[in-house]
Amino acid sequence: MSMLNSSPHGHQGHSTGQVMQQVMLACVPGLTALTWFFGWGTVINIIWLALLALGIEALILHLRGRPIAFYLRDYSALVTAVLLGLALPPTAPWWLGLIGITFAIGIAKHLYGGMGYNPFNPAMVGYVVLLISFPLQMTRWVLPVGATDALPGFGESLVMFFGAEPFAGIDAYTGATALDSFRQQRGGMLVSEFWSVTDVMGRWSGLGWEWVNTGFLLGGLYLLYKKIIGWRIPVGMLAAIAILSAVFYDGGSSASGGSPLMHLFGGATMLGAFFIATDPVTASTTPKGRLIYGAMIGIIVYVIRIWGNYADGVAFAVLLGNFSAPLIDAYTQPRTYGHRK
Amino acid sequence: MSIQASHSFYPLPGGIHPSENKAQSLQGPIRQAELPARLIIPLTQPGFAQAHVQVQPGDKVYKGQLLASGNPVTGLNAHASTSGTVVEITEHAVPNMSGLPELCAVIASDGQDEWQKLPPLDPAETDVDTLITRIHDCGISGLGGAGFPSHTKLRGALSKVHTLVINAAECEPFITADHALMREHADEIIKGIWLLLQITGAGKCLIGIEDNKPDARDAMLKAIEDAFDDRLSLVEVPTKYPSGAEKQLIWLLTGTEVPSGKITIQSGIMCQNVGTARAIARAVLHGEALVSRITTFTGAALEHPCNMEVLIGTPVAELLAQCDLDESRLSRVISGGPLMGFHLPHADLPIVKITNCIIATTESELPTPAPQQACIRCGFCTDVCPVNLLPQQLFWFSRSKELEKAEQHNIMDCIECGACAYVCPSHIPLVQYYRATKAELREAKEKELKAEYSKKRFDFHQQRMEEQKRQDEQRRAERAALAKKRKQEAAAGGEQAGGEQAGGEQKEAKDAIKAALERVNAKKAARAAKASQQEQNDTEPGS
Repeated sequence: MSMLNSSPHGHQGHSTGQVMQQVMLACVPGLTALTWFFGWGTVINIIWLALLALGIEALILHLRGRPIAFYLRDYSALVTAVLLGLALPPTAPWWLGLIGITFAIGIAKHLYGGMGYNPFNPAMVGYVVLLISFPLQMTRWVLPVGATDALPGFGESLVMFFGAEPFAGIDAYTGATALDSFRQQRGGMLVSEFWSVTDVMGRWSGLGWEWVNTGFLLGGLYLLYKKIIGWRIPVGMLAAIAILSAVFYDGGSSASGGSPLMHLFGGATMLGAFFIATDPVTASTTPKGRLIYGAMIGIIVYVIRIWGNYADGVAFAVLLGNFSAPLIDAYTQPRTYGHRK
Repeated sequence: MSIQASHSFYPLPGGIHPSENKAQSLQGPIRQAELPARLIIPLTQPGFAQAHVQVQPGDKVYKGQLLASGNPVTGLNAHASTSGTVVEITEHAVPNMSGLPELCAVIASDGQDEWQKLPPLDPAETDVDTLITRIHDCGISGLGGAGFPSHTKLRGALSKVHTLVINAAECEPFITADHALMREHADEIIKGIWLLLQITGAGKCLIGIEDNKPDARDAMLKAIEDAFDDRLSLVEVPTKYPSGAEKQLIWLLTGTEVPSGKITIQSGIMCQNVGTARAIARAVLHGEALVSRITTFTGAALEHPCNMEVLIGTPVAELLAQCDLDESRLSRVISGGPLMGFHLPHADLPIVKITNCIIATTESELPTPAPQQACIRCGFCTDVCPVNLLPQQLFWFSRSKELEKAEQHNIMDCIECGACAYVCPSHIPLVQYYRATKAELREAKEKELKAEYSKKRFDFHQQRMEEQKRQDEQRRAERAALAKKRKQEAAAGGEQAGGEQAGGEQKEAKDAIKAALERVNAKKAARAAKASQQEQNDTEPGS
């Protein structure tokens, strides 16, 4: 095929690399909030995973006989590293990240054909592999500023990263996350009672988490404004979570599932809605399908949080959504011009 | 009372807003191109019937004289664009998508530009058939892009059309030929529209124009006002590519969706371009054949971009020189717009009837496409597709040659506007994939038709053979029955006689054998005369 003879001859000028760069840029507010409330661990995770991701991507591209520089410039490996880095606990030791990113890029991405061909979100595959294999390390979150006197400093974060016990002992810094506490430690209390006895809850949701989610919401709105992502998947997912949590709020009784605000601004909701579920490669592609896909993920997230075995369910929900995307697409083809309504 | 533009329209889904780049070529009025020394005039049109060449090398021709006549149904006449001598009739490269050469007449101009016009017609006293014949005689084809012969379209539309849509949208970037034409010749356009209404019998006419050309709009409004014709109205639609595509403009103006696979006339609507309307007016009212058109010359490699009235057959290179082409900056020459136009391999090609724009561009203005990356299904293409296709799905089906799936996803409804490829962040030449898939589908369809035809033929043959066999058997049975009947009749007539005769024959034969045996036995008996009495007794039972 000769490129010269084919119309169109003009181009908007955006490239896939630029799209990915914007996504990473939009992570900054959320990352800032994470670092502010939970220390340097996430930053260290991201740097480590980024180095590994580039290395593994280059190695596999080399093994597959593909042009390395050309593919590295699409920045997709870096985005996977950033998303997995944001999802890992700040106390994660180096080998946890290594295993996760190897699975994400080596298996979930390249074994399925590389960029554009992977049916499952690579970062979420890496995350779920770790969550199932190393539940202890994966649920050991740092206590947020406000719930603890001492946040681990950069040095101590590095010590934990190298897999050693920090000077004050790892338990001095860590504890259950807000969503986890809400599930495990409420023991029949009213929502308001639980709020008053625990120090991991903030104004509407988990302490710190509400700001982390606000950060990712801001980043997501930026991506929407830049038209990098569409509104349908985030709206579908957030609406489903909001509606379900409103239905099961039950006035904050002892059987309450927690308020809509707690769920919208708790855990990985906003990160999931704007940065993970919107991964175009693995999501539904039709306009109607994207609403359904988003709503389905929202429903599964809520179901896992309330009736499942895990404190949060974004990763599982996204992977289940990935499974259904081709089916959703098949049934939601838009009506083409000139075809009967 | 002054006429206003209407702003009521049906919004077009999708679409893009590329930078318009129209101002460059609109700085001055329409220029008259210099008379070229040599013209290359195509005599045939690809995809249409063969033309009958009417001139020979050495012939002196006038401007407007017929060079080749197309057949009266779908053919297109070709005329000399200026007076001079026919130098040769030969195959020459012309600007077309396929790149195949066409039969052309090369004319050496005599510099006189002497017209030979047909007599003007008074439209009020001319019947429709004569008007259409005039349009055929003058070789008018659609000047908007596809170049379909206008008389063919009009004959197909007779008494089937209630609305005439005039395409003045000119939605592609860079092109301003229609814009310039409307600014300067709105009155002639309106006259052409009046003729089109007269011919088709349509009750109303909607003129669709994008809102990025207010001066052209005002000129058109003024001309409408002067015409005192309340069948005409002008609708201003938002600037968005591809609102000027035929079926998209019809949707914008009338809210009618032309069903998939049908032509607009089947929905009672005919679409004509403003340039075509003007050419029709010139043909009917002035007897002028279509020998020139307005073409935009633009692009960053030209010092003086402009619109020029150019003679059909003028070499592109000469015209670019008249706009002060800077060869050192030139990267490509494109015929048509940047979104649907095609790349010209060189500039030694003539202007043809569909050449609405020539872009002499530079690398920085329209960069060489970046290498293709993997599709990430971002769906930007879905958002901009004006016919609501799923371009990224079509891409995957095209790549994997899943023709059936591509067809199910309505690839044949793709209008190849290029909006998808324009926004694709992975720089995938999507339209090229779709063109290939569509061609393959058409081929498969043809094969299928052929196969179906041969199957039918085979079935028919089988059926015929069976029928023959059945008839043969019947005939045989009849014959047998007849024979039997005859036999029976014969038997009824002389049963006795027949029986005796047969019995007698048998008896005779038996007697002969008996006699022979007796003779043999007699000899034996004689030989054995001396033998015992017993032996004689033995021979006796044989007698």
